Amino acid sequence: MKKFSIENLDLYYGAFHALKNVNLDIDETCITAFIGPSGCGKSTLLKTLNRMNDLVEGCKITGRVLLDGEDIYYNYDVNLLRKNVGMVFQKPNPFPMSVYDNIAYGPRTHGIHSKAKLDEIVERSLRQAAIFDEVKDRLKKSALGLSGGQQQRLCIARALAVSPQVLLMDEPTSALDPISTSKIEDLVQELKKYYTIVIVTHNMQQATRISDKTAFFLLGEVVEYDSTENLFSMPQDKRTEDYITGRFG
Amino acid sequence: MKKKVLEKGMEILFLITACASIVAVLLICVFMFAGGLPAFGKIGVLNFLGGEKWAPMDVPPSYGILPMIVGSLYVTAGAILIGVPIGLLTAIFMARFCPRGLYRFLKPALELLAGIPSIVYGFFGMVVLVPFVRGTFGGTGNSILTASILLGIMILPTIIGISESALRAVPEEIYEGALALGATHERSVVFTVLPAAKSGLLAGVILGIGRAIGETMAVILVVGNNARIPDSLLKGVRTLTGNIVLEMGYATGLHREALIATGVVLFVFILLLNLCFSVLNRKKKT
Amino acid sequence: MKKIIPINRMTLCQRLRNYLHSPLSFLIFLLVTLAALFSVFILLFLVVYILIMGIPHLTPELFAFKYDSDNVSMFPAIITTVQTVILSLLIAAPLGIGCAIYLTEYAKKSNRLVPIIRLTAETLSGIPSIVYGLFGMLFFVTALHWGFSLLAGVCTLSIMVLPVVMRSTEEALLSVPDAYREASFGLGAGRLHTILKVVLPSAVPGILAGMILAIGRIIGETAALIYTAGTVAQIPKDVFQSGRTLAIHMYALSNEGLHVGEAYATAVVLLLTVLLINTFASVIAKKIAKV
Repeated sequence: MKKFSIENLDLYYGAFHALKNVNLDIDETCITAFIGPSGCGKSTLLKTLNRMNDLVEGCKITGRVLLDGEDIYYNYDVNLLRKNVGMVFQKPNPFPMSVYDNIAYGPRTHGIHSKAKLDEIVERSLRQAAIFDEVKDRLKKSALGLSGGQQQRLCIARALAVSPQVLLMDEPTSALDPISTSKIEDLVQELKKYYTIVIVTHNMQQATRISDKTAFFLLGEVVEYDSTENLFSMPQDKRTEDYITGRFG
Repeated sequence: MKKKVLEKGMEILFLITACASIVAVLLICVFMFAGGLPAFGKIGVLNFLGGEKWAPMDVPPSYGILPMIVGSLYVTAGAILIGVPIGLLTAIFMARFCPRGLYRFLKPALELLAGIPSIVYGFFGMVVLVPFVRGTFGGTGNSILTASILLGIMILPTIIGISESALRAVPEEIYEGALALGATHERSVVFTVLPAAKSGLLAGVILGIGRAIGETMAVILVVGNNARIPDSLLKGVRTLTGNIVLEMGYATGLHREALIATGVVLFVFILLLNLCFSVLNRKKKT
Repeated sequence: MKKIIPINRMTLCQRLRNYLHSPLSFLIFLLVTLAALFSVFILLFLVVYILIMGIPHLTPELFAFKYDSDNVSMFPAIITTVQTVILSLLIAAPLGIGCAIYLTEYAKKSNRLVPIIRLTAETLSGIPSIVYGLFGMLFFVTALHWGFSLLAGVCTLSIMVLPVVMRSTEEALLSVPDAYREASFGLGAGRLHTILKVVLPSAVPGILAGMILAIGRIIGETAALIYTAGTVAQIPKDVFQSGRTLAIHMYALSNEGLHVGEAYATAVVLLLTVLLINTFASVIAKKIAKV
């Protein structure tokens, strides 16, 4: 089942042509990984999926991006889009408020104010993000006191609290130590049962460990897109092979 | 050898200049307290700070500055009530809503306005605000309300400048994090960026209070200068600062000491505010 | 290159439709915009109003060489203001610059004096001008027996603007790259030589910007001067005579209430001078930021 389909997408930052004629379908309830050397456009494509690129001045996009068959760039409420397509950032970015308020922020934004309902959402989201046991005694304390790995799982929980359909992850483990990283990877595997996940990573091992499908980007183009197994075991394109065997990047 | 002496000599010279501000603060403290404290003793602390009657020319004279303390507090509170919300909202506009082309013109304009001399503000208040308040609300126009409006306007550039830089110091990730949860631009700014800038905003407000309570000449021209405790916003009051300027010209003896003591009260108040300000600043850094 | 029609530009219509879903956001947007409009409007109104009302009153008599109660000339006040500015900077500039040099070039991190200097400078910049005025009266006028005099006013003002000069010089010095200093030391130059020949020259624009800000404050000051320099409308012949600056002149005119037209005219001169000076300062500051 297709979740996203990206058709003839071109993206320019000013005069710089950052994405060139991208055509890509992202399947439902599976993990898709975007890999490639830095500056290849993988994060940029991720951000077009929840329109965070709109914030960048001078960013121009042409083409179509469909979410469940609807064009998200045409008559689509951006805020609703971002509620449906959650995002986890490279650097953990908890709000400077309590753990509870961090999670409750999204639901409150979307009009849920009942205390009981919020309590339930907070606990469910924290459990889903496998962090509930670590923070249950300090829900009212500042989220900034958590460790980096905990903060990142908190951010995942925060994204889950608005019940999105898709979760975009922009190198979510690049700022974390190996133990935190493996916790997050386990978590992502668990979450894929309920959510469509797109993850950008510069770590090829990570892509092979967790993803079902992988797209390889180079200089703004999708060079190859296949099941992770195929892409890493028998790449069709010479450039993919060079990259995954470590000849550049 | 000669070069070494010169080097050392100049270093000492720079050190001496560096101590200028310390010496200045010490001198100010010593002379203010030495000049004002005797009045506390002669009049009595309670009679001075708590006395409701200021009549230095009466026989026997009374030196109660409570009306002036109340006057200063009212006028400052009014200025904060008017200046802070408008200034804060303007700062939000400047930091998060202003199109870049407009910003390039607005920012320097607001900065320039911070430099308008207070006497010009006062004159503006006298010829525009006083008749306006008289016409709209009645009374003489020389009132707490007029002074509050004028001071509220005067502290706008300060509040806007400091609040804007506090808002800009909030990491962009926090704003983007809120957007990514589906919050609108406005909600992200007001419910995430604004609370994150709390301590910086508070510092701006404190600085604004300091400016408002220390302002002298502008207030004198619009506040009526009646040394009594007011019963309405449209009544005139006298501020601590006004009391000093209005009477220092002809005061002698205990009257003069009482005026200096008024200055001491103001000075101590400002020192306390400064303390709050630097504590906040230090907290912001950690 | 073909014309790109981007799909990610939100039209006004879409924006408004989004606001329909979130009335609170619209309210915030409205409040913020209105507040900004109000701030800009009221401050511009002040400037424009004073200019429109004042410029017709700018008559040649107002600039007559000698003041009398008929012509209420502001000429002596202008000269006094210039004298005050020059003398105040002569005192404040060496002290402020010297202090900044000590803080940036000599003081080590562990130096106990540094936090005290910073604290006192912070305190100085927070003290209201009327307290400076009182102090000046108690110390320079009374204790030193200078009387109401230009000198007493100048000394009071130089303490008042000291933190301004200090801070901007310090910022200017800090922005000089360490590589300059290292290069100079590397050539065998001493510390003093490095400071005077290398560091200070490249910090000149920043120092200048600070001085100009200080000039702006001096010109606009009233409360600190009334009981130190006094209010006599004459050009002081030496530093022990009293004189009134333009701002004091304006206070006297508005307080008497007899010469409102002339007060308007004085306000115009005062306002334009300060605005010009501050524009100049920010132009210089921007030049540094670009380098």
